[in-house]
Amino acid sequence: MASALLQIQDLKVEYHTEDGIVTAVDNLSLDLNKGETLGLVGETGAGKTTSALAVMRLVPAPPGKVISGRVLFDGQDLSTLKAEEMRLIRGNRISMIFQDPMTSLNPVMTVGRQIEEAVELHQKMDNKTAKARAGEMLKLVGIPAARAADYPHEFSGGMRQRVGIAMALSCNPELLIADEPTTALDVTIQAQVLELMKRLRTEFGTSMIIITHDLGIVAEACDKVAIMYAGAVVEYGTVESVFNRPLHPYTRGLFGSIPNIAEDVERLTPIPGLMPDPTDLPYGCRFHPRCPMAREICSTQTPAISTPEDGRTVACMIYEGLVPGYDTEEKA
Amino acid sequence: MKTETDNLQPGQVEEPLDHLESSTEEHELRLPDKGSARRSQRAEVWRRLRKNKMAMIGLFIVVLIILTAVFADYIAPYSYRTQHLERRQEGPSGDFWLGTDDLGRDIFSRIVYGSRVSLQVGFVAVSIAVMLGGTLGALAGYYGSHLDNWIMRFMDVILAIPSILLAIAIVSSFGGGLVNVMVAVGVSNIPIYARIVKASVISIKEQEYIEAARAVGAGDARIIFKHILPNSLAPIIVQGTLGVATAILSAAGLSFIGLGIEPPTPEWGAMLSAGRHIIRRAPHVTTFPGLAIMITIFALNLLGDGLRDALDPRLKQ
Amino acid sequence: MHKYILRRLFLLIPVMLGVSFVVFTIMFFTPGDPVRVMLGERAPEAEIEAMRERMGLNEPFVVQFGSFVFNAARGDLGRSLVTRRPVFDELYARFPATLQLAAAGVLVAVLMGIPIGIVSATKQYSLFDGMSMALALVGVSMPNFWQGMMMILLFSIVLGVLPSSGYGTFMHLILPALTIGTSSAAIITRMTRSSMLEVVRQDYIRTARAKGLSERVVINQHALKNALIPIVTVIGLQFGYLLGGAVLTETIFSWPGVGRFMVDAIRQRDYPVVQGGVLLLALTFSVVNLLVDILYAYIDPRIKAQYK
Repeated sequence: MASALLQIQDLKVEYHTEDGIVTAVDNLSLDLNKGETLGLVGETGAGKTTSALAVMRLVPAPPGKVISGRVLFDGQDLSTLKAEEMRLIRGNRISMIFQDPMTSLNPVMTVGRQIEEAVELHQKMDNKTAKARAGEMLKLVGIPAARAADYPHEFSGGMRQRVGIAMALSCNPELLIADEPTTALDVTIQAQVLELMKRLRTEFGTSMIIITHDLGIVAEACDKVAIMYAGAVVEYGTVESVFNRPLHPYTRGLFGSIPNIAEDVERLTPIPGLMPDPTDLPYGCRFHPRCPMAREICSTQTPAISTPEDGRTVACMIYEGLVPGYDTEEKA
Repeated sequence: MKTETDNLQPGQVEEPLDHLESSTEEHELRLPDKGSARRSQRAEVWRRLRKNKMAMIGLFIVVLIILTAVFADYIAPYSYRTQHLERRQEGPSGDFWLGTDDLGRDIFSRIVYGSRVSLQVGFVAVSIAVMLGGTLGALAGYYGSHLDNWIMRFMDVILAIPSILLAIAIVSSFGGGLVNVMVAVGVSNIPIYARIVKASVISIKEQEYIEAARAVGAGDARIIFKHILPNSLAPIIVQGTLGVATAILSAAGLSFIGLGIEPPTPEWGAMLSAGRHIIRRAPHVTTFPGLAIMITIFALNLLGDGLRDALDPRLKQ
Repeated sequence: MHKYILRRLFLLIPVMLGVSFVVFTIMFFTPGDPVRVMLGERAPEAEIEAMRERMGLNEPFVVQFGSFVFNAARGDLGRSLVTRRPVFDELYARFPATLQLAAAGVLVAVLMGIPIGIVSATKQYSLFDGMSMALALVGVSMPNFWQGMMMILLFSIVLGVLPSSGYGTFMHLILPALTIGTSSAAIITRMTRSSMLEVVRQDYIRTARAKGLSERVVINQHALKNALIPIVTVIGLQFGYLLGGAVLTETIFSWPGVGRFMVDAIRQRDYPVVQGGVLLLALTFSVVNLLVDILYAYIDPRIKAQYK
């Protein structure tokens, strides 16, 4: 049953700025099966949003530039499509929810119109049917259809995010990419939005990529998780396996930095150091300056991707047997 | 002939505030060691400006024009008032590079000497506008409430009169001549600087270092002149550079309708105005002074745009 | 909305009072005697004195200003010292020509500036962008009276295709409108470009693209309307500049408007006309700015909400 809906292969994206070249995404590879929800996790600047934009072919250029790699959607290489062909996919078969609901809606257009536009374009509906459809979509996300005539500034942040979701789902996409859909919202609204997304998945069978830096959201809503660091996936697996037994030192650090009131305070160990300067990434393993397990070799050689178990990948030399691992420590 | 609205470019409407942020940042930098941080900030601005090719072309031309004005006596082949009556309205030649006007005066020499008048008018008019406008703006921003209200309402009144019209009214009433033109053009541009300085002052005066200065007993005047005004400098320099261009155009316009600088002083606007009636026979009399104005304004605009980008890179596009 | 418009109209009163005060003051302290202008230098002293008394010129400043404002409010701007006809009538007869010229100038500026600005922004750093920005800079750097004469030289004298002066037909309008509109066109081009560049960076433009909309729809329907707000402000301000510029442009092209009339009045020291002309043009400018503010509400629903 597991056929790949989306395959990202060796994707590399750079931003060419005045201060130098920023490698935002570096040799990223990822697979997403039909019906699955993948959590894409990483700190700010890890390249999550850029990866998503690269899938949509919306990396702002200039300064952005896709250097290499392929994105296969349903077996079709998106990078070979003409601009018009890509537009037929965007908002129709793949759609996206953006991070900041306060700025993602056009302030001078009614929310109804912003939803109608997409269905008129992709579903070839006339304006009347499109209007009805927009009303339905709003109801689906819990907003009265009559408010379609209102402008974004007349809605709260949570409602705007739901408008964004209604817009993204209006054409029944096969893949929904949600870029930190709840970050800008307060906690109770977060739960509502998350609940809504989960419901949509079960009702419509939409595949999803949820971009987040919140491991809680991943645990709650995702099947698979990919951990990104400095533009590349360092660890990938099912939520269950990664959460139960994180392999990469960075992933372990991430779990270590979640405060857990049930446990001893001394176990709360944030990752030392900061994300590297994106214009000047360290050589070898990108994580080695902050890695507690790092050895000489980590600064000279780029780790290969190992498959320690089925459906599980990790980019660390511990699992290539080049660096001593955690075994002894873990027994303690 | 430009009014203040002329140089309103993107972002310039909100510019005062934008600059403010940068000024406060600058000040935070400056706290530990006043002198060196300011020097390094200047160095940074200069570094950015130098990278901007267009701005450097502008600066080069501006410097060239200033040098022309300073060394006019050595550059001009003839005096600006010598009339070669037997060779009137002649086209460009070896003797008269840009030809002669209707009184047989050498146009090239008059343009060279004219640079003195134009630069003088431009800089003095802007200085008047900056001083008066800056003071009014500082008072309005610093003391707020009623004073602010009165000053800014007055500025609204001035702004309601298109600035060239105000200058025309002043000059037509008090008469032409270099001084009156400079005053008229300066006064009509007061509101621009009042607004810039007021916006700066408002956001700076609540900063901690101002509180600190007040705490150690510095008087209002000292705080305004020593602490607040230097921090409003960036937007004033940018607007001032563009303002010199505007002022030169306004003055030329006044001379053009016969309200400006009196003959035989070689003023570019008056020169091309004099050529107006002989444009069929001797188009060069009109063409060259106009080109001189255009090149000067062009250079000042290039420099002004470059300065704005260098002083506040966030505005750059 | 109506309330807002009414309030704004009401606020025009103090501004116009202020403008009257400034203009009246400037003229009041003019060296030279208007009566001598009227009666000539050789008129007997007694006659001059009688005339001064009759015209109220011996009253104190405040009284004179008061009666000036009182009369102006009723549309009485005094009489021209030269033609002896009411200033209001003289200006009223010439105002349509000035308005026509300014409107044509704005039209030229908008029709050139906005499309060029949009294309420049969508093709940032392209050859087209570079060329149009360079031209825009030349446009703002040209003195318009000089540009007017250069165009007369080219189109009227050398090519002989357009009239160099006069009024009435469309052909007569072309050169003056281009002259007066060029620098505004340049400014609007620059404004449009930078405003569009600012807008296309916004998240909602990315959202629009993510919907699969074509670039044409994204630019024309999503970006432009948002970019328009600062552009409209500039257009309003440019209108004021055009009214001022009319003084010079009308002189060059012998355009029978308020501007040229004022220049003639200045030469003849006909103060009431200068005074009335400045007042009229300032009032027009203020009304245009009011219209611009009202226009915002139709572009931006957020502003409309504030007006309520």
